[in-house]
This record gives sequence, C-alpha cells and structure tokens, in this order.
Amino acid sequence: MNGGPPEKRIPSVPWPAHEVRGRGNLWNYLVAAILILLFVWSYRGSEIQLTQLLSREGGGQILAYIKRLFPPDLSPFTLHEALKGAIETFAISFLGTLMAAAIAFSAVFFASRNLMYSGLLYELEPKEWRKKTLRLLPYVGAKSLLNILRTVPEMVWALIFVFLVGLGPFPGVLALGAHTGGVLGKLFGEVLEDVDPQPVESLQSTGASRLQILFYGILPQVLPQFISYTLYRWEVNIRVAAVLGFVGAGGLGQRIHIAISLFLENQLLTLIITIYILVTVVDHLSAYLRRRVT
Amino acid sequence: MKSPATPSCSSVQRSVFPYLFTLFFLIALIDSWRRVGVDLLIFFEPQGREHLLKFLTGMFPPAYSHDFVSLMVRPALETIQISVMGTLIAVIIGFPIGILATRNFSVGGVLNEADTTGSPARLAARFSIYALARAILSLFRSIPEFVWAFMFVRAVGLGPFPGVLAIGVAYGGMLGKVYSEIFEAVNPRPLETLQSTGANKLQIFFYGWLPQVLPNFVSYTLYRWECAVRASAILGLVGAGGLGQQIEISMRMFNFNQVLTILIILFFMVAAVDYISAKVRAIL
Repeated sequence: MNGGPPEKRIPSVPWPAHEVRGRGNLWNYLVAAILILLFVWSYRGSEIQLTQLLSREGGGQILAYIKRLFPPDLSPFTLHEALKGAIETFAISFLGTLMAAAIAFSAVFFASRNLMYSGLLYELEPKEWRKKTLRLLPYVGAKSLLNILRTVPEMVWALIFVFLVGLGPFPGVLALGAHTGGVLGKLFGEVLEDVDPQPVESLQSTGASRLQILFYGILPQVLPQFISYTLYRWEVNIRVAAVLGFVGAGGLGQRIHIAISLFLENQLLTLIITIYILVTVVDHLSAYLRRRVT
Repeated sequence: MKSPATPSCSSVQRSVFPYLFTLFFLIALIDSWRRVGVDLLIFFEPQGREHLLKFLTGMFPPAYSHDFVSLMVRPALETIQISVMGTLIAVIIGFPIGILATRNFSVGGVLNEADTTGSPARLAARFSIYALARAILSLFRSIPEFVWAFMFVRAVGLGPFPGVLAIGVAYGGMLGKVYSEIFEAVNPRPLETLQSTGANKLQIFFYGWLPQVLPNFVSYTLYRWECAVRASAILGLVGAGGLGQQIEISMRMFNFNQVLTILIILFFMVAAVDYISAKVRAIL
C-alpha cells in the first residue's frame, strides 16, 4: 500500500465541520446566534421589501424600468456628450491620481517610523529626548495628515471642494487627490516599513549618509511597488471619477445625473455603456503598465 | 569614480516603450490640465480665501448638542444595517454566479472531464454558461454602486432599500469575480481522490471543495463588508438612506460643524468595523 492511512483510522476521517466544531459547541452557537441577530436587525432596519420586490407589481416596476433603458440613444449629440464626458472623467482620474501620488510621496517619508526615529538608521544615535521629540513631530504631523485625508470619503471631499472652488471638474480632481493621497500614503508607508534591511545596512557600514541611504538603498526597492499601487488606485479612481459629477464635480457623473433626473433613460444607457468601456480600457491599460513596471 | 550599481542603469532597455510612454503621458497631462481647468491659485484669491476661511472656522467646534447627536444615531445604525444586508445580498448573488464563472468547476477540470470528453456540444453549452456568468459579473461590478443606487432609487423609491440593492449588485459582481479566482486556485487532488471513491458532485463540493475555499472566502467577504460600510455611508447622497443623506443636508445648509460631527461618527464607525473584521479574520 503506498501511503494510505491504516484501515482502522478510516472511520474517524473527519467530516469537515468536525474540526471546527472541536473548539467547542457553545462558541459556535454563540457566533451563529450573533450573526442571525445581526441579520434580523439589519433586515428590519433597512426596510427591505422582498415581497414587494418579488411581487408582480414590484418586479414589474423594475422590468419596466429596464425596458425603458433600451435602445441606447445613439444620436450624434448624445454620443458627443458621452465622449466628452468620458475624456473629462479620464482627465479627472488621471490628474487626481497624479496629485494623490505627489501628496503621498512627499508625506510618506516623514510618516514612516523606520526613516524618522527608530530602527536601523538610528540605533547608534545616543538617546536624547529632545532630538527624538524633534524627529517625532514631523512624523506625527504627516501621519495624522494622511489619516485625515483618508478618513473623509471622496464624495464628501468633492462636496467640500465644490463649495470651496465652485462647480466643474477641478473640485473632482482635488477630491480624488485628497482621499487617494491618504490611501496611497498608507500603502506606501506599509511598503517602506518592510524594506529589506540588508542593502540599508551595507550602505550604512560604508559610511553613507542617511540621504544617500534613502536614494540608493531604499528608493530603488520601493519605487516599483509605489508605481504599482498608484496604478491600482487609478483603476479605483476611474470608477469614482465617473460618479463624482453627482455632487457637481464634472465628468460622466454629471451627465448621468442629468439623464436620470430628466428621465432620459435611453441616454442613461448610452452613458452607462460609456462608463463600462472606459473602466475596462483603463483596467487593461493599468494591468499592462503594471506588468511593465514589475 | 563610477559606481557600477546606479539603480537607473540596469533598467535601461533598448526599446521605444519609454519614449512612447513619456509622449502619451505628457499629452494626457497637458490635455487633462487644460480640460479640467486646474487653478491652484484659486485658494489665494480673495473669494477662495474667504470660502476656505468660512469652511474652516465653520467646522469648529463640531456640533455636539444632544439633539443633533441623538438625531444622528439612527442614520449611523442604518448605515451599518445597509452594509450588512448589502453584503448578504452580494454573497447571495456572487456565490452562485462565481461558481458558474469558475473554469474548473463549470467547464473543464477533474469534475467534468468524464462528461465533456467526446461531446463538443456539451462542452460548448457549458462554456457559454461560463462566459455568460463572467459577463454578468463584469457588468455588475463595472457600473459604480452610485449609479446602481440612483437607478434603484428610481425603481423602488427613496430609503435604505435601494442602497441595499445597489451594494448587493455592485459588490455581488466584485465578490463573484474574487470567489471564482479563489475557486480556481483549489488543489484538485482531494477532488480527484473523492471522485475516485465514487462521490457524486455534490459530495465532492461539500467535502473536497468547501473546506479548501472557506477561509479565503470568509476573509474576503469580511474585507468587502468593511468597504460596504464606507460605501453605504455615502450612498445617501443620492437618497439611499444612511449618514450620507445627513452629510448632504448639513453641507447644503452650510452647517460645517455638523459635517465635522458626522465625519467623526463615521471615523469611529469605520474604525470599529475594521477592528471587528480584523479580529474575526485573525480567528480564522
């Protein structure tokens, strides 16, 4: 026999759930009970009307809406608007992502612990609390700036910037830049915190200064990942840029908002198809570029 | 003294790609810049400065009156409820379609080779189901949840329900895609072993498959739930319930201190959800 379990152990071959259950029945029941309670609570709170949705009337309502979407409006005016909206959306996502990368790149080095005050680069430095506080200040500042940027959702940033600079695509760029800047800052920071310490150590042992270590030991390691994360966020941002117009920040969203509000369903379908194409194109472009980088 | 390992040296390739890329990048940059009408000086002009000042001073102190905060409890809870139900519907949509969109479950692989060898018609039928499932998933996730929400508001009326449906459909598409990737990565050997003992497909599914995919499955679903909380918090901007609606109202009334309060609530809510989800994932 090659490798099979001995005959007598076969009856105890575990039923998959057994192993989990071995940890204690009570715990599992408790988790299940909490989950069910959560679902029931959410079900009641979110005013779901499944009966209405599945009834002839409710289902018919949705079907009627879908029917009204067809056929897509392919008149020259709509196509022109869709194309313009698509280019504008692309521009918003492109500039927004660039701005985000610039924010993240300029803040992240201050916001990473191993570059600012602890770890390899600082172990030889005599412990002096005044110097350490001086180093901690920019760290805390940059970190909290990135956190604030990240916490506020893009849409809320868009609302704020529409108030600050007026309607149009420009507040959309600022909104994307602000939120994504925070997100990229966090992602970049994670990359920085687990750089391979060996090149850093060898550079240090040759007497390189900290700036030299940054340029020759750390940046070459992290830049490809930085670019790859930026491209990934660009894919996310093209989707967001397509809806920022709902709050007045330009792009396809603005036109979708108008089309939905004026019950121009056929035009809406054209715009949705445009989003679909735009998103797919950007996804492929970004995937291609990422392959080139890494 | 020429150092051999200047980082940029090794990456120089003899191809036109860098030049083409730079060219397109610059064209896109210049065109976008002009199209968008970037005007960074706007914050320093009198009007921009005035708005900025009004906004910043309006935010502090955050609205902490008892009335306002107790008014926010209901929308905050509603946001959580929308996210939970939305994620549940997303799983209900994503799981079956994700299975159909898995190549080694619906088209080829150990499970189907006995069925499909020597029968191109059957293979074609299965392949078309697979392609259809993938197309549906791609459609669901390519339309942003915001657009879904707006359409559902039109179809079923205002309130949290369209928000649930929007998250369910958009996240169903994302979950379905990731599920199919998880499913495609299963180790086929247990399946083969089970099949050789004569287990039927359902048995193979429950004993060979599910145990392999469950941990990844649960942890990705939880991750999506975290995203759903953030998403449902802003879906209210188009009338789909939750905190978003309140943010928009306060913003339109220029009550920036209320906006700040809501954002603080949102921050703690998201942090709590992230914490719970991380804890559960750590247990798995």
